[in-house]
Amino acid sequence: MDLLRIVLLASLIICAISVSLSRNLLTSVVIYMAFSLAMAILWLLLESPDLAITEAAVGAGVTSILFFVTLRKIHSIQTEEEGEDNEQTESEL
Amino acid sequence: MLGNLLTNYEDVAAVILFVIGMGNLLLQSNLVKKIIGLDIMDCAIYLFLASKGYIEGGASPIYVDGIMDASYYINPIPAGLVLTGIVVSVSVSALMMALTICLYREYHTLNLDEIMLKLGKEEK
Amino acid sequence: MSRPNPNYKGSAWDKFTRWAKGTYDPADGRLESTPPEKGPSPGERAEQLLREYDQSRFEEGVAKEVGAFQIVSRIFFVLMALFMVTVLLYTVSFLPAFGDPNSPVNNEVSQRYIEQGLEETGAVNIVAGMILDYRAFDTFGESCVLFVALCCVTILLRADKKEDIRLSAREELEDLSYEPQEDNVLQQAAKLLVPLIIIFGAYVVLNGHISPGGGFSGGAIIGTGLILYLTAFGVRRTRRFMNERVIKTLTVCALTFYCFAKSYSFYTGANHLESIITTGTPGAILSAGLIVYLNICVGIVVACTMYSFYTLFRRGAI
Repeated sequence: MDLLRIVLLASLIICAISVSLSRNLLTSVVIYMAFSLAMAILWLLLESPDLAITEAAVGAGVTSILFFVTLRKIHSIQTEEEGEDNEQTESEL
Repeated sequence: MLGNLLTNYEDVAAVILFVIGMGNLLLQSNLVKKIIGLDIMDCAIYLFLASKGYIEGGASPIYVDGIMDASYYINPIPAGLVLTGIVVSVSVSALMMALTICLYREYHTLNLDEIMLKLGKEEK
Repeated sequence: MSRPNPNYKGSAWDKFTRWAKGTYDPADGRLESTPPEKGPSPGERAEQLLREYDQSRFEEGVAKEVGAFQIVSRIFFVLMALFMVTVLLYTVSFLPAFGDPNSPVNNEVSQRYIEQGLEETGAVNIVAGMILDYRAFDTFGESCVLFVALCCVTILLRADKKEDIRLSAREELEDLSYEPQEDNVLQQAAKLLVPLIIIFGAYVVLNGHISPGGGFSGGAIIGTGLILYLTAFGVRRTRRFMNERVIKTLTVCALTFYCFAKSYSFYTGANHLESIITTGTPGAILSAGLIVYLNICVGIVVACTMYSFYTLFRRGAI
């Protein structure tokens, strides 16, 4: 039990560091998802099953979905702006 | 002192996570990474609270076989506090993501330094 | 030849007749038929150069204005983080040991909750009994926080049709790209998974006072199931049962019921939610007084909030 706990805590710290070091935003969101899952197992080891269920559903599920949609939205705004720029140059020419 | 730190390794991990999250919040200029940093700080606080309520060998706070002895179960109070905290942290990060999308629409960048510069130029 | 040849399509004769009609070209796809890509015209090129120059000047300005300040602030932040680590670790070294039953955290409050919780609330899950009975008002505030966050996200991200037709039309158009059009694999998987997920969520909500779970986790599970349904089957089908009016009505009704139930307990002067509904036999599904109904309220609020966060982020409307 203790060994598992230490391994999980170490993986939490590794995940947290790699979130800040990764260059790609999508990668850091996926790593944050893994962070939440490790956290959910840790709650189970701390004898709080309520927290484990909530963390697995909310932290790993809903938060990651929201992050993905945000990234997608930002990307679509980006491509839209580029498309608009092209249209403008075409009409000017 | 060092021995106490070794037995309290959960708290030490929570402190390290808290500082990593704070570093993310302060040093990263990307807004999405700042939000993730704040979430990591949240998780560190919850880990600290839950590890304080844990009792070695205690059962989870659900009555088993009608045992009503307080020493049989772990402390339920931190679990109750953290349970509501997790859900509120989601709504906080959703609000921050909505603000990020609005900022991106206005300034076309996620970099906070550039946003501040553009803001300064607008004021001039 | 009375019967048509089954291999008629694609045969040499068929190709010949189609070529004669002009609908088929044997050289199609084999010859270099696409025109070479034309490079940027001089005007575009000049504009691009100008933009790059602007960008580089902007970056130079950033480097000049921010550079010195950034170095100083970074050093300051690193020093602050190190300072925090030392202070916090120094404090942790004085805390009671991990898992110590005699630590001051385990005081008479938790003892009272554990020893009298079953009698007073009737909930087998001590945490549920605590947050929905002794501290039910706190949880009411919590649900209101969710509702307020939903309102704020709506204000920030809503693309209003009356004010900005262009933006809302663009959001609608762009929203279609999120959906895999008639994706058979996803739809079959969703047909199997969505009922299971929603039933599991309802189970977690309804058994919140007996087993681990409750309104918060069950609501989040139901919300995730709805999000999967929306992704697989599209906006039109989901809007039939989850539109803005339904979400508004459900959320406001749940919050109002919670508010009245809690006010009743204040009115009667009890310090927790003891009421007409008796605690019943512990372990039965209709026991523990109002906790089941409050759990359902919290579950509805959380599920609606999670689902509408997703739709608001996706297309700026519920």
